[in-house]
Amino acid sequence: MSANLNVSVILPELILVGFAMLVMILDMVGTDERPTGRTLLPWLALVGVAVAGLVCIQQYSQPAASFQGGAVSDHFALGLRLIILVATGLGILLSASYIPRINKQVGEYYALLLLCAAGMTMMGAATDLMVVFVALEILSLALYILCGLNRESPRSSEASMKYFLLGAFSSAFFVYGAALIYGAAGSTQYDEIAKALAGGNSNLALLYPGIALLLVGFGFKVSLVPFHMWTPDVYQGAPTPVTAFMSVGTKAAAFAAFIRVLVIALPAQQPSWGWALAIMAILTMTLGNLAALRQSSLKRMLAYSSIAHAGYVLVGIVAGTSEGADAALFYLFTYAFMNIGAFAVVIMLEKANEGDALQNRAAGIGQRWPWLALAMAIFMFSLSGVPPLAGFFGKLFVFKAAVDGGWAWLAVIGMLNSAIGAYYYLRVTVSMYFEKPGAETLSQRSTWSALSIGLAVAAIFTVLIGILPGMWTALFTGGLTGLGG
Amino acid sequence: MTLSVLFFVLIGAISLAAAVGVVSSNHPVHSALFLLAHFGTLAILYITLEAQFLAAIQVIIYAGGIVILILFVIMLIGSEKIVNQAEHRTWTPYVGFALGIVLLGGLAISLLQGFTGVEPNAALLQGGSPQAVGLELFTRYILPFELAAVLLLVALLGALLLARRPKLKIEEQ
Repeated sequence: MSANLNVSVILPELILVGFAMLVMILDMVGTDERPTGRTLLPWLALVGVAVAGLVCIQQYSQPAASFQGGAVSDHFALGLRLIILVATGLGILLSASYIPRINKQVGEYYALLLLCAAGMTMMGAATDLMVVFVALEILSLALYILCGLNRESPRSSEASMKYFLLGAFSSAFFVYGAALIYGAAGSTQYDEIAKALAGGNSNLALLYPGIALLLVGFGFKVSLVPFHMWTPDVYQGAPTPVTAFMSVGTKAAAFAAFIRVLVIALPAQQPSWGWALAIMAILTMTLGNLAALRQSSLKRMLAYSSIAHAGYVLVGIVAGTSEGADAALFYLFTYAFMNIGAFAVVIMLEKANEGDALQNRAAGIGQRWPWLALAMAIFMFSLSGVPPLAGFFGKLFVFKAAVDGGWAWLAVIGMLNSAIGAYYYLRVTVSMYFEKPGAETLSQRSTWSALSIGLAVAAIFTVLIGILPGMWTALFTGGLTGLGG
Repeated sequence: MTLSVLFFVLIGAISLAAAVGVVSSNHPVHSALFLLAHFGTLAILYITLEAQFLAAIQVIIYAGGIVILILFVIMLIGSEKIVNQAEHRTWTPYVGFALGIVLLGGLAISLLQGFTGVEPNAALLQGGSPQAVGLELFTRYILPFELAAVLLLVALLGALLLARRPKLKIEEQ
């Protein structure tokens, strides 16, 4: 084995981990009596995210390299990193004034957020089942902790515990599947797995149960339908900035790792996993949308809508093409802005120490807070896929990839589902503009500078991606390389 | 059936029985002791595969560390029998059991189909010495190894964040 320790491949992760440590050190400087240093922590974390992002953009011009067969720096990995960094950056902006109210240990919070982001970016770069597993555990463990951040709230603790128990269970499924695939192919590296399976001297009896168990493990993380039960409770109980971050981050990271395993390591088995994914995509879209219709809590509605969106992404993957992989990644990129933006509005609508907001809280804010209502309307239209916003192009590319791959009927079901979804997104918009402000309507709004910046950035990008999609799709084309070792 | 296969079947059966004991006994201490037996038999299986280092690690970390830790936890929170208070719906255990059987059956059928007989020279497949393990760990598996350090850091931070008492409460006491 030749040593190829290309440190540049894992440089973004190194930067994130390094800044996590800097945050911890700066946290020790401030004391509870003199907490001036602590207000700087979110901005330091944000600098870390920005530096990592710049490194990623700079790496776009370089040829893909491999780090010891375990990770790779192709455009797919870089694209995922950008999505995760966007989610982390917006998550930090949303947290800046929220987190100190529920937990004083802000230093640990931002350090964990950055470490979690490092685990997520590693998922997209990993080309070895072992690396994927450790990265998956890094992000999961960090999220279990972040969900339980609000120790005063029983709901937050419940979310953390529920997520931890079910997450540990699903990790076991993942490891079991990875072990069986190793047994079948004799390697955990993707390109070697593909080579061994193409060579025909592999044990197929081990392979198929292995793929199935791997699907269960990933399906839990991205909340596909038979494995989605935890999602609404965890999303509702977790502190809202954490929900916003995890709803995009976990999905993007797990989908990226999932796509790379399927397309690079198991392309020959596409006819069998394609059908399994298609069935799960239909169930996920339909049940997610139907359940979202009946929610009165905004966070629960967005939780079920995130399940439905996982289904749309899955539609792009089913064909197993490289085009589908790019489309799925672009979808997640648009989803990062519009979904975190929607959660930012939820934070604005929450009362102090409440952690959740009912839909009637938004009634009539169109007259009272026109800018806030406009932002929410943009996110809702984009999530339902109305042109010319970002969400429309996300859906367009995903469905186009499915049609090109010969799964046109699946794309049709996806479009029908978008129509169902439009109902509950538009209901919020209608109530904002056409209902009179009621007793429940938000009457006082705190002016949070960082949160407003985050909200504005998300709204601007949602519109900008919609108007100039070509500028952004360039970041997510021809991403996957077969490089693995 | 050679002697080594007979030995494997015997130890494997004990190991499996212990694993069933872990989940089926109502008393947490019994579960922990069954777990200890399970880890012990796994270590014996590793030795038969000439992976002595792995066997030693198995005994030290799992049997020595983890089970002791579990017993500590049981000691601290009490070892009363577990009465199934959480079960609201009577059908859930049956559905869970049925799904478990389906999973087990599916795996067993597909694995038995591909069963090609006993590996004759299983011992030769292993690099069981500490040197071989160390070399692999620091060359081929350097990335997961270093990532595991990040994982431990996350766990450490989590303990700090979730278990540390808020400062105000300490002062009140």
